Amino acid sequence: MAEQNTLSRRALLMKLGIFFNGLVALFLAVPIVGFLFSSVKRGRSGAYLSWVSLGSVDQFPEGQTRLARFRNPHVTPTDGKTVDTACWVRHITGSQFQVFAVNCAHLGCPVRWFPQSGLFFCPCHGGVYYRDGSRAAGPPERGMFEYPNKVQSGAVWIHAGELPTPGP
Amino acid sequence: MRLLTRIAQWFDQRLQLAAPVREIAEHPVPRSTASWWYVFGSAALVVFVLQIVTGILLALIYVPSAAEAWNSLQSLNHDVPLGWFIRALHGWGSNFMVAIVLIHMVQVFLFGAYKYPRELTWVVGVFLLLMTLGMAFSGQILRFDQDAFWGLGIGASIASRVPIMGPGLVEFMLGGPIIAGATLSRFFALHVFVIPGLLIGFVGLHLLMVLKLGINEWPMPGRVVRKATYEAQYHELTKKDGAPFVPYAVWKDIFFAAIVLASVAACAAFFGPFGPTGEPDPTIIQTVPKPDYFFLWIYAVLALLPASLETPAILIGSAAVIGALLFLPFVFGEGEKSWRRRPLAVLTILLVAVSLATFTHLAGYTPWSPEMDAWSGEPVPQKFLQGTTALQRQGALVFQGKQCRNCHALGGTGGQRGPALDAVATRLTQDQLIRQVLQGRGNMPAYGNNLSPAETTALVAFLETLHPAGQRPAQDASREIVGTRAGESSAARPR
Repeated sequence: MAEQNTLSRRALLMKLGIFFNGLVALFLAVPIVGFLFSSVKRGRSGAYLSWVSLGSVDQFPEGQTRLARFRNPHVTPTDGKTVDTACWVRHITGSQFQVFAVNCAHLGCPVRWFPQSGLFFCPCHGGVYYRDGSRAAGPPERGMFEYPNKVQSGAVWIHAGELPTPGP
Repeated sequence: MRLLTRIAQWFDQRLQLAAPVREIAEHPVPRSTASWWYVFGSAALVVFVLQIVTGILLALIYVPSAAEAWNSLQSLNHDVPLGWFIRALHGWGSNFMVAIVLIHMVQVFLFGAYKYPRELTWVVGVFLLLMTLGMAFSGQILRFDQDAFWGLGIGASIASRVPIMGPGLVEFMLGGPIIAGATLSRFFALHVFVIPGLLIGFVGLHLLMVLKLGINEWPMPGRVVRKATYEAQYHELTKKDGAPFVPYAVWKDIFFAAIVLASVAACAAFFGPFGPTGEPDPTIIQTVPKPDYFFLWIYAVLALLPASLETPAILIGSAAVIGALLFLPFVFGEGEKSWRRRPLAVLTILLVAVSLATFTHLAGYTPWSPEMDAWSGEPVPQKFLQGTTALQRQGALVFQGKQCRNCHALGGTGGQRGPALDAVATRLTQDQLIRQVLQGRGNMPAYGNNLSPAETTALVAFLETLHPAGQRPAQDASREIVGTRAGESSAARPR
């Protein structure tokens, strides 16, 4: 019978209705997904990174490693103290510096510098690093995270802005 | 009274809930299930309700902002009347909930309750466990203190190890490039909206299936589950040896719920709230972050795994465990239910329990971590210095000053990262000591670049004195022969 191949008016309207809902859902999904993943910027070259000053070179005596603080360049109004970041600055000689993140390359705990033994110790799982940041002992698979640095008009600058993590 | 009845009737005429509710309450259950072993599921639900109530109360004061959260918790602890108690109830309620959910799961596993036809009930239960753990972790984040801050860093470090997606995953998890305001806000949304919403839905499904499929009967050795016959057998059992759930079985649930709630309240009143510890200021690096109790075992595993196994163990291991839990009822859906006929099931539980307990215990005193203050806080015990030469005492100073003590115990105090050195001279000869100090090995850093020859000589001289009074220090036999020929006696130095 011909009726089997025809579509009733109501069934057609229902299918059209579902189709329109699908269109609207797709239209809404784009901004929703965009919003949800708006913080993901890896791959877009250095979206979060910028050069930050750690202060004048004089604060860092040659041959010593000292803790420095800087404000993370990416700030939102509700961040409070969490944007204040610490880093270890090793003044090798002249304008040669090494600046390390305090985060252990194992799981990110804050490492401490012991000038007497020339080692960084991590309090969490026992990672140890030499003064040049290379791995000395413990679970880390690599040396400490290092910020690119430069000396400009008497100040030490680092290229920072992201939480360093051991991932690929 | 008649008025009350009429009001009730008025409502029921419109709601029509009385009949189905009575049917649910009085549905027959096997008499054997009116047992104290069957109370953990309902207890978990009761604690969950307590968590919802106390959680809403805390939200009246708590501010989910990285700048304010810590202060609002201080104000809850110290200013708001009874704020400390509500925080303590919520914190202890969380610990009880995780514990009870785990006990419930072990009971269900040992009683074979996951077998046909209750596979889906188990699968939903696995998700309920994961969500409960998710609540515990995100709740620890909301206590925005130093432990929470660095705990997030650990979470980010783990997430970053996921192949390809890692870095993006970190930014998604943190809501930005660093742990900051957006991070706390999204964990607040997770803890307060997303996971509780899912939990409520899944608890509903879980309960619905318990009602529809019936509570698991007490497992009898030899009564084997077969898909073809089980439902008829169960029906027969509830008909022949059944009793209405209310009040026959429910009174034990009610009593146990009261005991659990009273215990939570007692712990809350006696021990008080958890933290917050120090302010979440990333520039304060003098901190030893530790996870909450139920995640301590992970902390220990991450310290003890060989470095090369860590990433696969985290990523593949966790997926494998969850996968095994999810597939369990489909692989072992039939057969014996009784733990008396399932020795492997009992052994598995014992193995998991002993492992978790051991790791948790180890995480309590972290023998893998250097003791940061040992070098300056714990002097070399006197007995190691009596009768020593000036050089050896100088060596003891080097030993302390170079932080050797942070990893090596002497006289029972000091770090436990490396071996205790009370009798090191009986294990290593002079040459071996020098080599070990200068080049390091295994988990010991090389000190060659950081010790002058004079310091090394003094340090090794001190280490050579470390042997029990009646025991000779280790010697290189060849050196003794050479020494004797040359007319010396370098070996067996007097102490």
